[in-house]
Amino acid sequence: MSGHHHHHDHDHDHDNHFTPIEARVKALETLMVAKGYVDPAALDAIIDTYETKIGPRNGARVVARAWSDPAFAARLKADGSAAVAELGYGGRGGEHIVAVFNTPEEHNLIVCTLCSCYPWPVLGLPPVWYKCPPYRSKAVIDPRGVLADFGVTLPQGQSIRVWDSTAETRFIVIPMRPVGTEGWSEEKLASIVSRDSMIGTGLAVVEAQS
Amino acid sequence: MNGGQDLGGQMGFGPVRPEPNEPIFHGDWEKRVLALNVAAGAMGQWSIDESRHARESIPPADYLSFSYYQIWLAGLQNLLLQHGFVTSDELIEGKPSAPPRPPKRVLKGEDVAAVLRRGFPYAREAQAPARFSVGDSVRTIVIHPQHHTRLPRYARGKLGVIERVSGCHVFPDTGAQGQPETAQWLYTVVFTGPELWGRDADPTTRVSIEAWESYLEPA
Repeated sequence: MSGHHHHHDHDHDHDNHFTPIEARVKALETLMVAKGYVDPAALDAIIDTYETKIGPRNGARVVARAWSDPAFAARLKADGSAAVAELGYGGRGGEHIVAVFNTPEEHNLIVCTLCSCYPWPVLGLPPVWYKCPPYRSKAVIDPRGVLADFGVTLPQGQSIRVWDSTAETRFIVIPMRPVGTEGWSEEKLASIVSRDSMIGTGLAVVEAQS
Repeated sequence: MNGGQDLGGQMGFGPVRPEPNEPIFHGDWEKRVLALNVAAGAMGQWSIDESRHARESIPPADYLSFSYYQIWLAGLQNLLLQHGFVTSDELIEGKPSAPPRPPKRVLKGEDVAAVLRRGFPYAREAQAPARFSVGDSVRTIVIHPQHHTRLPRYARGKLGVIERVSGCHVFPDTGAQGQPETAQWLYTVVFTGPELWGRDADPTTRVSIEAWESYLEPA
Protein backbone atom coordinates (compact mmCIF):
# COMPACT_ATOMS: atom_id res chain seq x y z
CA MET A 1 0.00 0.00 0.00
CA SER A 2 2.85 2.40 0.77
CA GLY A 3 3.62 4.91 -1.92
CA HIS A 4 0.31 4.35 -3.66
CA HIS A 5 -1.53 7.61 -3.88
CA HIS A 6 -5.31 7.52 -3.84
CA HIS A 7 -7.21 10.18 -5.72
CA HIS A 8 -10.28 9.78 -3.58
CA ASP A 9 -10.87 10.52 0.07
CA HIS A 10 -9.61 7.43 1.90
CA ASP A 11 -12.12 7.59 4.75
CA HIS A 12 -15.00 7.96 2.41
CA ASP A 13 -13.97 4.94 0.37
CA HIS A 14 -13.07 2.84 3.37
CA ASP A 15 -15.48 -0.09 2.96
CA ASN A 16 -15.14 -0.61 -0.75
CA HIS A 17 -12.50 -3.31 -0.53
CA PHE A 18 -14.82 -5.58 1.47
CA THR A 19 -16.85 -8.20 -0.33
CA PRO A 20 -20.54 -8.26 0.70
CA ILE A 21 -20.01 -11.16 3.11
CA GLU A 22 -16.94 -9.52 4.65
CA ALA A 23 -18.94 -6.33 5.13
CA ARG A 24 -21.78 -8.24 6.80
CA VAL A 25 -19.38 -9.98 9.19
CA LYS A 26 -17.58 -6.73 9.96
CA ALA A 27 -20.90 -5.03 10.71
CA LEU A 28 -21.98 -7.89 12.98
CA GLU A 29 -18.71 -7.95 14.90
CA THR A 30 -18.63 -4.16 15.31
CA LEU A 31 -22.21 -4.21 16.54
CA MET A 32 -21.71 -7.09 18.99
CA VAL A 33 -18.61 -5.47 20.46
CA ALA A 34 -20.31 -2.07 20.69
CA LYS A 35 -23.29 -3.58 22.49
CA GLY A 36 -21.01 -5.33 24.95
CA TYR A 37 -21.95 -8.90 23.98
CA VAL A 38 -18.47 -10.06 23.05
CA ASP A 39 -14.98 -9.18 24.23
CA PRO A 40 -12.63 -8.58 21.27
CA ALA A 41 -9.83 -10.26 23.24
CA ALA A 42 -12.00 -13.38 23.52
CA LEU A 43 -12.54 -13.47 19.75
CA ASP A 44 -8.81 -13.33 19.15
CA ALA A 45 -8.16 -16.01 21.78
CA ILE A 46 -10.75 -18.34 20.22
CA ILE A 47 -9.22 -17.96 16.76
CA ASP A 48 -5.71 -18.47 18.10
CA THR A 49 -6.83 -21.65 19.88
CA TYR A 50 -8.12 -23.31 16.72
CA GLU A 51 -5.34 -21.99 14.50
CA THR A 52 -2.41 -22.91 16.67
CA LYS A 53 -3.34 -25.10 19.66
CA ILE A 54 -6.11 -27.54 18.75
CA GLY A 55 -5.86 -29.60 15.57
CA PRO A 56 -5.41 -33.13 14.23
CA ARG A 57 -1.91 -33.45 15.72
CA ASN A 58 -3.73 -33.92 19.04
CA GLY A 59 -5.65 -36.89 17.70
CA ALA A 60 -2.50 -38.31 16.10
CA ARG A 61 -0.83 -38.36 19.53
CA VAL A 62 -3.84 -40.22 20.93
CA VAL A 63 -3.58 -42.83 18.17
CA ALA A 64 0.18 -43.19 18.59
CA ARG A 65 -0.26 -43.68 22.34
CA ALA A 66 -2.95 -46.31 21.71
CA TRP A 67 -0.66 -48.16 19.29
CA SER A 68 2.24 -48.06 21.75
CA ASP A 69 0.52 -48.74 25.04
CA PRO A 70 -2.06 -51.55 25.21
CA ALA A 71 -3.23 -50.43 28.65
CA PHE A 72 -3.93 -46.94 27.27
CA ALA A 73 -5.73 -48.47 24.28
CA ALA A 74 -7.95 -50.42 26.68
CA ARG A 75 -8.75 -47.26 28.67
CA LEU A 76 -9.43 -45.39 25.42
CA LYS A 77 -11.87 -48.09 24.34
CA ALA A 78 -13.62 -48.06 27.72
CA ASP A 79 -13.87 -44.27 28.23
CA GLY A 80 -12.67 -42.06 25.39
CA SER A 81 -13.10 -38.75 27.22
CA ALA A 82 -11.09 -39.87 30.25
CA ALA A 83 -8.32 -41.36 28.12
CA VAL A 84 -7.80 -38.32 25.87
CA ALA A 85 -7.84 -36.15 29.02
CA GLU A 86 -4.69 -38.03 30.08
CA LEU A 87 -2.98 -36.27 27.16
CA GLY A 88 -4.56 -32.96 28.13
CA TYR A 89 -7.33 -32.93 25.53
CA GLY A 90 -11.06 -32.40 25.92
CA GLY A 91 -13.71 -29.74 26.19
CA ARG A 92 -15.82 -27.79 23.77
CA GLY A 93 -17.09 -29.82 20.84
CA GLY A 94 -15.79 -33.04 22.33
CA GLU A 95 -17.30 -33.32 25.79
CA HIS A 96 -18.21 -36.98 25.18
CA ILE A 97 -15.58 -38.77 23.12
CA VAL A 98 -15.87 -42.33 21.87
CA ALA A 99 -12.91 -43.97 20.12
CA VAL A 100 -13.76 -46.60 17.52
CA PHE A 101 -11.03 -49.02 16.51
CA ASN A 102 -10.53 -50.33 13.00
CA THR A 103 -9.95 -54.07 12.76
CA PRO A 104 -9.17 -56.39 9.85
CA GLU A 105 -12.87 -57.27 9.91
CA GLU A 106 -14.39 -53.78 10.10
CA HIS A 107 -13.48 -50.25 9.01
CA ASN A 108 -15.06 -47.24 10.73
CA LEU A 109 -16.22 -43.97 9.18
CA ILE A 110 -17.61 -40.93 11.03
CA VAL A 111 -20.10 -38.41 9.68
CA CYS A 112 -22.67 -35.90 10.85
CA THR A 113 -25.56 -36.03 8.37
CA LEU A 114 -27.57 -33.35 10.21
CA CYS A 115 -24.90 -30.67 10.73
CA SER A 116 -21.13 -30.72 11.23
CA CYS A 117 -20.44 -32.50 14.54
CA TYR A 118 -16.76 -33.36 14.72
CA PRO A 119 -14.38 -34.10 17.62
CA TRP A 120 -12.87 -30.63 17.95
CA PRO A 121 -10.49 -31.23 20.90
CA VAL A 122 -8.69 -34.03 19.07
CA LEU A 123 -9.12 -33.14 15.37
CA GLY A 124 -9.63 -29.36 15.42
CA LEU A 125 -12.11 -27.71 13.08
CA PRO A 126 -13.57 -29.91 10.35
CA PRO A 127 -12.48 -29.57 6.71
CA VAL A 128 -14.95 -28.03 4.29
CA TRP A 129 -15.80 -31.34 2.60
CA TYR A 130 -16.86 -32.86 5.95
CA LYS A 131 -19.52 -30.15 6.34
CA CYS A 132 -20.79 -30.19 2.75
CA PRO A 133 -23.74 -32.02 1.15
CA PRO A 134 -21.74 -34.54 -0.95
CA TYR A 135 -20.12 -36.15 2.10
CA ARG A 136 -23.05 -35.81 4.50
CA SER A 137 -25.51 -37.32 2.01
CA LYS A 138 -23.36 -40.14 0.68
CA ALA A 139 -21.49 -41.43 3.76
CA VAL A 140 -24.49 -43.30 5.17
CA ILE A 141 -25.85 -44.78 1.91
CA ASP A 142 -22.64 -45.40 -0.05
CA PRO A 143 -19.63 -45.38 2.28
CA ARG A 144 -17.52 -47.43 -0.13
CA GLY A 145 -18.23 -44.82 -2.80
CA VAL A 146 -17.04 -42.11 -0.41
CA LEU A 147 -13.83 -44.05 0.23
CA ALA A 148 -13.36 -44.35 -3.54
CA ASP A 149 -13.62 -40.54 -3.78
CA PHE A 150 -10.62 -40.48 -1.43
CA GLY A 151 -8.77 -43.13 -3.42
CA VAL A 152 -9.22 -45.71 -0.67
CA THR A 153 -10.22 -49.32 -1.41
CA LEU A 154 -10.70 -51.67 1.50
CA PRO A 155 -9.49 -55.26 1.39
CA GLN A 156 -12.03 -57.86 0.31
CA GLY A 157 -14.10 -59.03 3.25
CA GLN A 158 -13.64 -55.94 5.44
CA SER A 159 -17.06 -54.56 6.34
CA ILE A 160 -17.82 -50.89 7.02
CA ARG A 161 -19.39 -49.30 10.06
CA VAL A 162 -20.63 -45.71 9.73
CA TRP A 163 -21.20 -43.60 12.85
CA ASP A 164 -23.71 -40.77 12.37
CA SER A 165 -22.99 -38.16 15.07
CA THR A 166 -26.59 -37.31 15.95
CA ALA A 167 -25.92 -36.53 19.65
CA GLU A 168 -23.11 -34.74 21.53
CA THR A 169 -21.05 -37.93 21.38
CA ARG A 170 -17.99 -37.32 19.19
CA PHE A 171 -16.20 -40.17 17.49
CA ILE A 172 -12.55 -40.59 16.57
CA VAL A 173 -11.39 -43.51 14.45
CA ILE A 174 -8.29 -45.36 15.64
CA PRO A 175 -6.76 -46.65 12.40
CA MET A 176 -4.86 -49.92 12.24
CA ARG A 177 -1.13 -49.64 12.85
CA PRO A 178 0.73 -50.26 9.60
CA VAL A 179 3.26 -53.07 9.38
CA GLY A 180 6.85 -51.90 9.29
CA THR A 181 6.45 -49.53 12.25
CA GLU A 182 7.69 -51.90 14.93
CA GLY A 183 9.90 -50.17 17.48
CA TRP A 184 8.93 -46.66 16.37
CA SER A 185 8.68 -43.89 18.96
CA GLU A 186 5.26 -42.40 19.68
CA GLU A 187 6.40 -39.20 17.99
CA LYS A 188 7.36 -41.00 14.81
CA LEU A 189 4.15 -43.01 14.86
CA ALA A 190 2.08 -39.83 15.26
CA SER A 191 3.71 -38.43 12.12
CA ILE A 192 2.00 -41.05 9.92
CA VAL A 193 -1.48 -40.58 11.41
CA SER A 194 -3.39 -38.32 9.03
CA ARG A 195 -6.52 -36.39 9.87
CA ASP A 196 -8.47 -38.41 7.31
CA SER A 197 -7.38 -41.69 8.90
CA MET A 198 -9.07 -40.54 12.13
CA ILE A 199 -12.29 -39.70 10.23
CA GLY A 200 -12.14 -42.99 8.37
CA THR A 201 -11.74 -41.54 4.87
CA GLY A 202 -8.07 -42.52 4.93
CA LEU A 203 -5.74 -45.15 6.34
CA ALA A 204 -2.53 -44.81 8.30
CA VAL A 205 0.26 -45.66 5.88
CA VAL A 206 4.02 -45.65 5.80
CA GLU A 207 5.14 -43.64 2.79
CA ALA A 208 7.19 -45.72 0.38
CA GLN A 209 10.87 -44.74 0.41
CA SER A 210 11.81 -43.21 -2.90
CA MET B 1 -37.79 -30.60 10.86
CA ASN B 2 -37.42 -31.97 7.35
CA GLY B 3 -35.19 -29.09 6.30
CA GLY B 4 -32.19 -28.70 4.05
CA GLN B 5 -29.94 -30.04 6.80
CA ASP B 6 -31.34 -33.60 6.80
CA LEU B 7 -29.01 -34.89 4.10
CA GLY B 8 -28.45 -38.58 4.81
CA GLY B 9 -29.13 -40.66 1.68
CA GLN B 10 -29.89 -37.75 -0.65
CA MET B 11 -28.33 -37.99 -4.10
CA GLY B 12 -27.06 -35.81 -6.90
CA PHE B 13 -24.42 -33.74 -5.07
CA GLY B 14 -21.55 -35.39 -6.94
CA PRO B 15 -18.35 -36.81 -5.51
CA VAL B 16 -16.70 -35.65 -2.29
CA ARG B 17 -13.89 -33.30 -3.31
CA PRO B 18 -11.19 -33.00 -0.66
CA GLU B 19 -9.02 -29.92 -1.02
CA PRO B 20 -5.29 -30.70 -0.94
CA ASN B 21 -3.50 -28.88 1.90
CA GLU B 22 -6.74 -27.24 2.94
CA PRO B 23 -6.18 -24.16 5.13
CA ILE B 24 -8.00 -23.98 8.47
CA PHE B 25 -9.87 -20.88 7.27
CA HIS B 26 -10.58 -19.58 3.77
CA GLY B 27 -10.41 -15.89 4.58
CA ASP B 28 -10.43 -13.74 7.70
CA TRP B 29 -14.21 -13.40 7.77
CA GLU B 30 -14.53 -17.15 8.43
CA LYS B 31 -12.35 -16.76 11.53
CA ARG B 32 -14.54 -13.95 12.80
CA VAL B 33 -17.75 -15.95 12.19
CA LEU B 34 -16.35 -18.92 14.10
CA ALA B 35 -15.23 -16.75 17.02
CA LEU B 36 -18.49 -14.76 17.13
CA ASN B 37 -20.51 -17.98 17.23
CA VAL B 38 -18.40 -19.48 20.02
CA ALA B 39 -18.39 -16.25 22.05
CA ALA B 40 -22.12 -15.63 21.51
CA GLY B 41 -22.91 -19.22 22.52
CA ALA B 42 -21.02 -18.60 25.76
CA MET B 43 -23.49 -15.81 26.63
CA GLY B 44 -25.72 -18.71 27.74
CA GLN B 45 -28.86 -17.38 26.11
CA TRP B 46 -29.58 -20.37 23.87
CA SER B 47 -28.74 -24.07 23.78
CA ILE B 48 -26.61 -25.76 21.13
CA ASP B 49 -29.81 -27.34 19.82
CA GLU B 50 -31.51 -23.98 19.44
CA SER B 51 -28.49 -22.78 17.47
CA ARG B 52 -28.75 -25.86 15.26
CA HIS B 53 -32.44 -25.12 14.70
CA ALA B 54 -31.61 -21.55 13.71
CA ARG B 55 -29.29 -22.92 11.03
CA GLU B 56 -31.60 -25.62 9.72
CA SER B 57 -34.44 -23.06 9.47
CA ILE B 58 -32.55 -21.39 6.62
CA PRO B 59 -34.61 -22.13 3.45
CA PRO B 60 -33.28 -25.31 1.79
CA ALA B 61 -32.18 -23.62 -1.45
CA ASP B 62 -30.04 -21.21 0.57
CA TYR B 63 -28.85 -23.88 3.01
CA LEU B 64 -27.58 -26.06 0.18
CA SER B 65 -25.82 -23.23 -1.64
CA PHE B 66 -24.25 -21.47 1.38
CA SER B 67 -20.78 -22.34 2.61
CA TYR B 68 -20.82 -23.62 6.18
CA TYR B 69 -19.59 -20.33 7.64
CA GLN B 70 -22.32 -18.52 5.69
CA ILE B 71 -24.80 -20.88 7.38
CA TRP B 72 -23.24 -20.06 10.76
CA LEU B 73 -23.41 -16.34 10.04
CA ALA B 74 -27.08 -16.46 9.06
CA GLY B 75 -27.89 -18.69 12.04
CA LEU B 76 -26.18 -16.33 14.51
CA GLN B 77 -27.94 -13.28 13.06
CA ASN B 78 -31.29 -15.11 13.42
CA LEU B 79 -30.57 -16.03 17.06
CA LEU B 80 -29.56 -12.48 17.97
CA LEU B 81 -32.70 -11.11 16.31
CA GLN B 82 -35.05 -13.69 17.84
CA HIS B 83 -33.67 -13.08 21.32
CA GLY B 84 -33.89 -9.31 21.00
CA PHE B 85 -30.17 -8.62 21.21
CA VAL B 86 -30.05 -6.74 17.90
CA THR B 87 -32.45 -5.25 15.36
CA SER B 88 -32.42 -5.74 11.59
CA ASP B 89 -31.41 -2.11 11.11
CA GLU B 90 -28.47 -2.52 13.48
CA LEU B 91 -27.25 -5.57 11.52
CA ILE B 92 -27.23 -3.50 8.34
CA GLU B 93 -25.71 -0.38 9.89
CA GLY B 94 -23.16 -2.18 12.07
CA LYS B 95 -23.76 0.25 14.93
CA PRO B 96 -26.16 0.31 17.85
CA SER B 97 -29.42 2.24 17.62
CA ALA B 98 -31.26 0.36 20.39
CA PRO B 99 -30.00 -0.10 23.96
CA PRO B 100 -28.19 -3.40 24.59
CA ARG B 101 -29.99 -6.30 26.26
CA PRO B 102 -27.61 -7.43 29.02
CA PRO B 103 -26.62 -11.07 28.40
CA LYS B 104 -26.31 -13.63 31.19
CA ARG B 105 -22.55 -13.80 30.67
CA VAL B 106 -19.84 -12.27 28.53
CA LEU B 107 -16.85 -14.47 27.74
CA LYS B 108 -13.67 -12.60 28.63
CA GLY B 109 -10.43 -13.09 26.76
CA GLU B 110 -8.60 -14.35 29.82
CA ASP B 111 -11.26 -17.05 30.41
CA VAL B 112 -11.32 -18.48 26.89
CA ALA B 113 -8.77 -21.27 27.47
CA ALA B 114 -10.51 -22.52 30.62
CA VAL B 115 -14.02 -22.31 29.16
CA LEU B 116 -13.05 -24.17 25.98
CA ARG B 117 -11.17 -26.80 27.99
CA ARG B 118 -14.11 -27.34 30.33
CA GLY B 119 -16.67 -27.40 27.51
CA PHE B 120 -20.37 -27.82 28.12
CA PRO B 121 -21.04 -31.43 29.16
CA TYR B 122 -24.46 -32.77 28.17
CA ALA B 123 -24.68 -35.82 30.47
CA ARG B 124 -27.20 -35.54 33.30
CA GLU B 125 -28.07 -37.60 36.36
CA ALA B 126 -30.57 -40.36 35.52
CA GLN B 127 -34.02 -39.95 37.03
CA ALA B 128 -35.19 -43.44 36.05
CA PRO B 129 -33.59 -46.71 34.94
CA ALA B 130 -32.82 -47.20 31.25
CA ARG B 131 -35.63 -48.84 29.30
CA PHE B 132 -33.31 -50.71 26.94
CA SER B 133 -30.16 -52.81 27.33
CA VAL B 134 -27.30 -53.70 25.01
CA GLY B 135 -28.51 -56.31 22.50
CA ASP B 136 -32.18 -55.30 22.58
CA SER B 137 -34.02 -55.02 19.28
CA VAL B 138 -35.70 -51.66 18.84
CA ARG B 139 -37.63 -49.83 16.15
CA THR B 140 -37.23 -46.10 15.69
CA ILE B 141 -40.40 -44.07 15.68
CA VAL B 142 -41.80 -42.30 12.63
CA ILE B 143 -42.12 -38.56 13.24
CA HIS B 144 -42.08 -35.51 11.02
CA PRO B 145 -42.02 -32.64 13.51
CA GLN B 146 -42.03 -29.00 12.42
CA HIS B 147 -39.47 -28.39 15.15
CA HIS B 148 -35.91 -29.59 15.70
CA THR B 149 -35.14 -33.29 16.06
CA ARG B 150 -31.96 -35.36 15.92
CA LEU B 151 -33.70 -38.42 14.47
CA PRO B 152 -32.76 -38.24 10.78
CA ARG B 153 -35.33 -39.16 8.13
CA TYR B 154 -33.36 -42.11 6.78
CA ALA B 155 -33.43 -43.79 10.20
CA ARG B 156 -37.14 -43.37 11.05
CA GLY B 157 -39.28 -46.53 11.36
CA LYS B 158 -36.21 -48.79 11.13
CA LEU B 159 -35.30 -51.94 13.01
CA GLY B 160 -32.01 -51.79 14.87
CA VAL B 161 -30.09 -53.15 17.83
CA ILE B 162 -28.91 -51.32 20.94
CA GLU B 163 -25.14 -51.43 20.96
CA ARG B 164 -24.24 -48.96 23.68
CA VAL B 165 -26.00 -47.19 26.55
CA SER B 166 -24.45 -43.74 26.97
CA GLY B 167 -26.17 -42.40 30.07
CA CYS B 168 -28.74 -39.61 30.21
CA HIS B 169 -28.16 -36.67 27.89
CA VAL B 170 -29.92 -33.36 27.33
CA PHE B 171 -32.90 -33.94 25.02
CA PRO B 172 -32.58 -31.74 21.92
CA ASP B 173 -36.11 -31.76 20.49
CA THR B 174 -37.67 -29.74 23.31
CA GLY B 175 -34.55 -27.81 24.31
CA ALA B 176 -34.30 -26.36 20.80
CA GLN B 177 -37.73 -24.81 21.31
CA GLY B 178 -36.55 -22.92 24.35
CA GLN B 179 -38.34 -25.25 26.77
CA PRO B 180 -36.73 -26.06 30.12
CA GLU B 181 -33.92 -28.59 29.85
CA THR B 182 -34.83 -32.27 30.19
CA ALA B 183 -32.67 -35.36 29.78
CA GLN B 184 -33.25 -38.87 28.44
CA TRP B 185 -31.27 -42.06 28.14
CA LEU B 186 -29.12 -42.05 25.03
CA TYR B 187 -28.25 -45.17 23.03
CA THR B 188 -26.12 -46.15 20.07
CA VAL B 189 -28.48 -48.02 17.72
CA VAL B 190 -27.01 -49.92 14.79
CA PHE B 191 -28.83 -50.81 11.57
CA THR B 192 -27.85 -52.99 8.62
CA GLY B 193 -27.44 -51.38 5.22
CA PRO B 194 -30.41 -53.31 3.74
CA GLU B 195 -32.68 -52.30 6.68
CA LEU B 196 -32.01 -48.64 5.91
CA TRP B 197 -31.65 -48.69 2.14
CA GLY B 198 -33.50 -51.75 0.86
CA ARG B 199 -32.69 -55.10 -0.65
CA ASP B 200 -30.08 -53.86 -3.12
CA ALA B 201 -28.00 -52.19 -0.40
CA ASP B 202 -24.52 -53.41 0.51
CA PRO B 203 -25.02 -56.07 3.24
CA THR B 204 -21.46 -55.51 4.48
CA THR B 205 -22.18 -51.98 5.73
CA ARG B 206 -23.80 -51.00 9.00
CA VAL B 207 -24.81 -47.53 10.15
CA SER B 208 -25.46 -46.32 13.68
CA ILE B 209 -27.17 -43.26 15.09
CA GLU B 210 -27.22 -41.90 18.62
CA ALA B 211 -30.87 -42.13 19.66
CA TRP B 212 -32.65 -40.71 22.71
CA GLU B 213 -35.02 -43.12 24.47
CA SER B 214 -38.22 -41.50 23.17
CA TYR B 215 -37.05 -42.14 19.59
CA LEU B 216 -37.25 -45.90 20.26
CA GLU B 217 -39.86 -48.60 20.76
CA PRO B 218 -39.27 -52.25 21.68
CA ALA B 219 -39.28 -54.58 18.67
